[in-house]
Amino acid sequence: MNAAPMLELRDITRRFEKKLDFAGRIAQRLGAPVREEVVHAVDRVNLTVRKGEVVGLVGESGCGKSTLGRMVAGILPPTEGTILRDGRDIKALTGAEARQMKLRTQMIFQDPYASLNPRMRVQDIVGEAPRVHGLLDGAAFDDYVDEQMRRAGLDPTFKRRYPHQFSGGQRQRIGIARALAVKPDFIVCDEAVAALDVSIQAQILNLFMRLRRELDLTYLFISHDLGVVEHLSDRVVIMYLGRVVEEADTETVFRRPNHPYTRSLLDSVPRIENRKRAFSVVKGEIPSPINPPAGCHFHPRCPLATERCRVEVPKLREVAPGQRSACHLNDQ
Amino acid sequence: MNMTAPTLEVRDLKTHFFTRAGVVKAVDGVSFSVGRGKVMGLVGESGSGKSVTGFSIIGLVDPPGRIAGGSILFQGRDLAKLSEEEMRDLRGNRIAMIFQDPMMTLNPVLRIDTQMIETVLAHKKVSKEEARQRARDTLGMVGIPSPDERLKAYPHQFSGGMRQRVAIAIALLHEPQLIIADEPTTALDVTIQGQILAEVQKLCATTGTSMIWITHDLSVVAGLADDIAVMYAGRIVEKGVVGEVLDRPLHPYTHGLIGSVPSRNKRGEALRQIPGMTPSLLNLPPGCAFRSRCPRASEACLTEPLLAEILPGREARCVHPHLEAPEAA
Ligand SMILES: Nc1ncnc2c1ncn2[C@@H]1O[C@H](COP(=O)(O)OP(=O)(O)OP(=O)(O)O)[C@@H](O)[C@H]1O
Ligand SMILES: Nc1ncnc2c1ncn2[C@@H]1O[C@H](COP(=O)(O)OP(=O)(O)O)[C@@H](O)[C@H]1O
Ligand code: SF4
Ligand code: SF4
Ligand SMILES: [Mg+2]
Ligand SMILES: [Mg+2]
Repeated sequence: MNAAPMLELRDITRRFEKKLDFAGRIAQRLGAPVREEVVHAVDRVNLTVRKGEVVGLVGESGCGKSTLGRMVAGILPPTEGTILRDGRDIKALTGAEARQMKLRTQMIFQDPYASLNPRMRVQDIVGEAPRVHGLLDGAAFDDYVDEQMRRAGLDPTFKRRYPHQFSGGQRQRIGIARALAVKPDFIVCDEAVAALDVSIQAQILNLFMRLRRELDLTYLFISHDLGVVEHLSDRVVIMYLGRVVEEADTETVFRRPNHPYTRSLLDSVPRIENRKRAFSVVKGEIPSPINPPAGCHFHPRCPLATERCRVEVPKLREVAPGQRSACHLNDQ
Repeated sequence: MNMTAPTLEVRDLKTHFFTRAGVVKAVDGVSFSVGRGKVMGLVGESGSGKSVTGFSIIGLVDPPGRIAGGSILFQGRDLAKLSEEEMRDLRGNRIAMIFQDPMMTLNPVLRIDTQMIETVLAHKKVSKEEARQRARDTLGMVGIPSPDERLKAYPHQFSGGMRQRVAIAIALLHEPQLIIADEPTTALDVTIQGQILAEVQKLCATTGTSMIWITHDLSVVAGLADDIAVMYAGRIVEKGVVGEVLDRPLHPYTHGLIGSVPSRNKRGEALRQIPGMTPSLLNLPPGCAFRSRCPRASEACLTEPLLAEILPGREARCVHPHLEAPEAA
């Protein structure tokens, strides 16, 4: 428990400049007050993930979950901040060490079809990366691919087929086999079951849980589905417009949420146990991340907002052991 | 049971697609009815025939598909027998449809007011000013703030949730007796979905509009619908009052679906799962279509079971329904 955490994000920020389109550039040249817009997709996020944990990351669309996940997976550089892997700054790594470190984190996406090359056979989709990175020698290729496929619940006799010859759930299994083939110890799942039917979703979630046990994996599990997150995660992180607003172990988040946004979110989720009842409602729309409200981003929708919330950004701080929340109400 | 006739009664509906690869029986013998002011949840996984059922009712099945049998009684008239012109007159007027993608309803190049006023005038002889008034009132009804201003906007100036509200407002313009909503909140965020579900619930209760709510999400149906029909491979396998079906599913498929909902399982443990996957509709094996995935399947299931009343008011299409006491969740 005293070893360095598997992953540590320190004040990670990611901005995107939204370049002006053609019409915008003309307008600007003619003196119109248009400017290139900046999206704060992720705004000074701190996060620690310990070995073997499943951390659920939830929030509404555009709040920065995927951007954060891509930075963790090393496929998108942060604009600011530090990412530590096993206590080491990944920016300081070079050469073979950097490549190796990158392989240790793999990402699994929502749309398994879009992320699989349609012209490659499954055996190459799964086996290519380990071969390129010298994780196996030529003779072992077939056996290795078979093992990866079997582990993901795919019949190896189908390894010469192409992605379109598989169902959605099977394609997600191919994506999983591909990710695990390079022997990662950390997996970022980005809405990995969102596109799947309920019965298939259960199969894939079970596969994730089994693989976690068998391979000692650590997950960052991104999902907008609170039911799925509650079932799978040890700890839950809630984001709103680029910032973490609450973080606690799963039980606490669902039983004793602190942040008003967390509570609103939980109230909005339809549950199969709730019959024919009035849906509770959070007022207002999700604001644009291009021009987010000042102070607490949630203040225009928050039933408890005060004057202070409009001007001062609340700090994320401990409100109970293991529970952090970013709301001014905790100061009273 | 009340004695008033239902708003909609679908009997033995068959909608088939005559493709080169063969006949796809997308809807194959579907029967259900929707009472006045009632919400019927039509649930099932992708490809089970929910949308085609909706399109059939509203007369929007495109070739190579066509209604191959059955009747669709709407206020006593059989929609399956109406001409295209008669159908067009009903559509958007007495029956409306809301789609998952609101841009199926909205025209991207027209202002909201233009679209709404035209829709009003298409079916009603009123002045333009009265039509505008109606448009504004309806936008207000679905919870759009400052409707006067919003009327002058184009669809792209709205968020996804707002666009869906406008599409719902357009569906409501003529106070239809029946609305078919095909996954209208599936693509929306949960707080926005909550807002729309609350509005819809209020509307049905106050206007007496009947609604078919198509979704794959049992939790939405649990909170919104009065009745539920579960589809599998083009057929209804179970139907009844929502609470009864969800508390005590009779059909093994419904049973499996409910069991696989994460909140119905102990946290961190393996979810109960239905093995296998949905069969291709192109060549369904004889007998019960769920057979290859069903833990209860037997020799008897090789003969196609019929939808039958198994308990009072409870129908299922299965020879070995779950009649034992429901297990604790
Ligand atoms: N134009 C078409 N030609 C051939 N088959 C079709 C056509 N439209 C629909 N189908 C078939 O009809 C069946 C039912 O389709 P439908 O879209 O109604 O299902 P659904 O349950 O609503 O699915 P989803 O939830 O994915 O929208 C599917 O097998 C589909 O492939
Ligand atoms: N490549 C990009 N260019 C410009 N904006 C982007 C880009 N990627 C993401 N964004 C913006 O960043 C914000 C957060 O995006 P994302 O991380 O994808 O959110 P989520 O996955 O939670 O939906 C959004 O407003 C999105 O539009
Ligand atoms: S800081 Fe203020 S606006 Fe933000 S959640 Fe807390 S009470 Fe609401
Ligand atoms: S008829 Fe037989 S195979 Fe079909 S659902 Fe019932 S028990 Fe299962
Ligand atoms: Mg995303
Ligand atoms: Mg559909």
